[in-house]
Amino acid sequence: MTSPTPGLARAGGAPIGAPTKITQGSQTKGGVGESTLRPDGTLKVTGEFAYSSDMWHEDMLWGQILRSTVAHAEIVSIDTSEALATPGVYAVLTYDDLPTGVRHYGLEIQDTPVLAHGKVRHHGEPVAVVAADHPETARRAAAKIRVEYRELPVITDEASATAPDAVLVHEHRTDHHMAHVPHPNVLHRQPIVRGDVTAARERADVIVRGEYTFGMQDQAFLGPESGLAVPEEDGGVHLYIATQWLHSDLRQIAPVLGLPPEKVRMTLAGVGGAFGGREDLSMQIHACLLALRTGKPVKIVYNRFESFFGHVHRHPAKLYYEHGATRDGKLTHVKCRIVLDGGAYASASPAVVGNASSLGVGPYVVDDVDIEAIALYTNNPPCGAMRGFGAVQACFAYEAQMDKVAKELGLDPVEFRQLNAMEQGTLMPTGQRVDSPAPVAELLRRVKAMPMPPERQWESSEGADVRQLPGGLSNTTHGEGVVRGVGYAVGIKNVGFSEGFDDYSTARVRLEAVAGEPVATVHTAMAEVGQGGVTVHAQIARTELGVGQVNIHPANTEVGSAGSTSASRQTYVTGGAVKNACEIVREKVLELGRRRFGAHHPAWATAELLLEGGKVVTDGGEVLADLVDVLGDEAVEVEEEWRHRPTEPFDPRTGQGDGHVQYSFAAHRAVVEVDTELGLVKVIELACAQDVGKALNPLSVLGQIQGGTTQGLGVAVMEEIVVDPKTAKVKNPSFTDYLIPTILDTPTIPVDVLELADTHAPYGLRGIGEAPTLSSTPAVLAAIRDATGLDLNRTPVRPEHLTGTA
Amino acid sequence: MRVNFTVNGRPQEADDVWEGESLLYVLRERLGLPGSKNACEQGECGSCTVRLDGVPVCSCLVAAGQVEGREVVTVEGLAEYAKQRSRGGSAGTSLDEAQRWAAQGTDSRTGEGTGSSPRAALSSVQQAFIDAGAVQCGFCTPGLLVAADEMLEHNPDPTDADIREALSGNLCRCTGYEKIMDAVRLAAARQGEAV
Repeated sequence: MTSPTPGLARAGGAPIGAPTKITQGSQTKGGVGESTLRPDGTLKVTGEFAYSSDMWHEDMLWGQILRSTVAHAEIVSIDTSEALATPGVYAVLTYDDLPTGVRHYGLEIQDTPVLAHGKVRHHGEPVAVVAADHPETARRAAAKIRVEYRELPVITDEASATAPDAVLVHEHRTDHHMAHVPHPNVLHRQPIVRGDVTAARERADVIVRGEYTFGMQDQAFLGPESGLAVPEEDGGVHLYIATQWLHSDLRQIAPVLGLPPEKVRMTLAGVGGAFGGREDLSMQIHACLLALRTGKPVKIVYNRFESFFGHVHRHPAKLYYEHGATRDGKLTHVKCRIVLDGGAYASASPAVVGNASSLGVGPYVVDDVDIEAIALYTNNPPCGAMRGFGAVQACFAYEAQMDKVAKELGLDPVEFRQLNAMEQGTLMPTGQRVDSPAPVAELLRRVKAMPMPPERQWESSEGADVRQLPGGLSNTTHGEGVVRGVGYAVGIKNVGFSEGFDDYSTARVRLEAVAGEPVATVHTAMAEVGQGGVTVHAQIARTELGVGQVNIHPANTEVGSAGSTSASRQTYVTGGAVKNACEIVREKVLELGRRRFGAHHPAWATAELLLEGGKVVTDGGEVLADLVDVLGDEAVEVEEEWRHRPTEPFDPRTGQGDGHVQYSFAAHRAVVEVDTELGLVKVIELACAQDVGKALNPLSVLGQIQGGTTQGLGVAVMEEIVVDPKTAKVKNPSFTDYLIPTILDTPTIPVDVLELADTHAPYGLRGIGEAPTLSSTPAVLAAIRDATGLDLNRTPVRPEHLTGTA
Repeated sequence: MRVNFTVNGRPQEADDVWEGESLLYVLRERLGLPGSKNACEQGECGSCTVRLDGVPVCSCLVAAGQVEGREVVTVEGLAEYAKQRSRGGSAGTSLDEAQRWAAQGTDSRTGEGTGSSPRAALSSVQQAFIDAGAVQCGFCTPGLLVAADEMLEHNPDPTDADIREALSGNLCRCTGYEKIMDAVRLAAARQGEAV
């Protein structure tokens, strides 16, 4: 049997597909399963942690990007002369100044121009870049660049995109999806067909159809896009950058600069959140170009306005669903069509389509399905990765459908879900068998069993505390017109990159004696974006190497790729790589010990040996040697790639295939209070139950679940990038007009964590970051429907939808 | 122009300041104090919150010229500010004692800082944010710390509604605020215990 995992094979470890050994079995303080504290915590509370926007260099210049003021237009002319003549300006670059023939980039399809060429395809597209000695000088110089546009009709939805005479957003497409799409303005299409929906429909006692609209959500990470590019003596450049995947950036940057990859050095600067919005490049190439052109370090920092244009968003979607069920509450079939607006450039849209379709019926047993998901090319802002990645939009719609079917059948919505809940062994619509725990019914039972928050909490001896009421300190009600509602939802998310992607990570681990103590150093290129991967890596090293002191080396491209901090995958995949590298180091250390001390004690040859408490011990607990004595002056270091089980692409016609690595489940119960007269919603409590497989760091797990839940709450009741359908221009690019939940908008979030091990994954863990973002939104919507009796089919819900004044 | 003001107890002089520069820009780019954060630069997110003559303000909305002759406290000076306050007794609690209470916690769990402990230098709010898991990406943290510390200064025993009201000008995108609530409750409890 050939193993695609050289690390495992060389370590003599388990072949792919077999259960991973849970641990070497040692009990080490600060190891896996403990709520150890963040290694970067002190720096982050003292203000010393260096985020990408904090980078500073002597003599550095500031870069500024000029962006298009229209969504779709031919560029007639660009005049940079006045900008170039501005005192303090060092360089102004346009498409014609790009140094090589490679002038486009992209995650999967290289369709995004570094600077606009002949045409702009969305509002806010980069047209030119300026470097100057002060950020305000750069801004003013950019404003002096004269761009003449000849406007084109805008493509904004499916109808305008696929009309017979529609203007093509990309007139010269050559990508590999072209062969299977119905129209050149359709970027990708993935059908998933199993069973016979027509026949199944005959068995249905009730059929429920619905149309749903999901608004465009922004990641709204707080640390703006930023970085510092420093030219180097060898003609290369060193980029300090906030990103989710250093090596993916590198692969896209180097060809545009005309440099070999080894001359583009990348170091992860502090990342102020990501949530998918840093998968694509933003200012990386622009800063490097300006640094190489001027020979000076160049810093670019977006402000919030620019940030709204500077990264992709969550796809807005139209979803059309038909569910059938028998009188006894069993789903007969699901037919659905999901239309995702990909905007002007491809970004991650094809993979989002794969998720939306393959997870489109939710965590339920349905034998007969007919699913189609497409992504459009339009002139709206480009959309790509955001936490939940295609599964979010589908969950919003299928959970609304489940409530409607339950109502038609006169069944309790939770019981109806439990009747149809998938479990281990269930076949997905793709034909993939779910081969690890899938406790969907149990999660619903748990979240329903949690105690309910008391009624009318706003009442006190001193009258109503308006802070507890819808409208809050606006003092719009003292309880009049306020009604309560309760809603439930559950969702399913894939973990890791899917559809046959070679989704690996790399870890370098070193063990040595320093000042009489054994010290481990873990070096990966993993982007720590706030999730706490650095905490977990140290825990894994302690558990596997039995040492107390672990250094986490800064992430950079001197070590192999860690893959993306996306898809709930880093603890699984880079955590797996760290574990694997530690296991190899352990074997080498024991080999060293056998060579040095084997003659002194027979147990070196006969017993199972562990590293524990800085010593080599037998499984019986007998100490054989101190690690520092075994190591002496030698440092044991390995760098190895590690892979999870391979996946398969989905068949382009039937969608069949074992496309996903692992599935992740969460359920929510929302309790809301609604001021029905003013249409104001207050979410009182948002309880969550989630299976995490194994909580490597319980405190961080709770943080992920509560944070994900809150992003789902945001898109339920407030978050939406509003794009004018006539002009395709963004109307609310600021935190004044794009609202994210404050601490007043966010309720208590009690969490019930279930740990059912997935035996395929390191320590049995399950990727957890995204699942709570899925079910949060439909649970809130269900609660508002329960409170108001209204049939709400779009998110976010706004006051006018509740008062009938929309 | 030249601006003279006091930052974290030290007199500072910033030269060649352009009139349009904010206090935030001068702190971050001219004085080497990037702890105050630039998440929105329009007064909506609170990540740049500092104390200006004791009052919490968004430093992005304060023109640099407005701080001439005044006193600014940033997150970099928060620990020292809290220590001074506890010596003066103005908040009615002993921060030194609170820190000792914190240091006794059962868990120096990371294995870090076991030598010359940096923990002793932190204010109770800073320590509580670490201990309660209130820090993820950390970009909102400096502003929240300054705002929470200011609230506890005048309201040492806040209700949950008080905490939410006081911190409602500080956006956080990572945590869902639950651990931030825990952290502020923890800081208040430790300060109360230390009295």
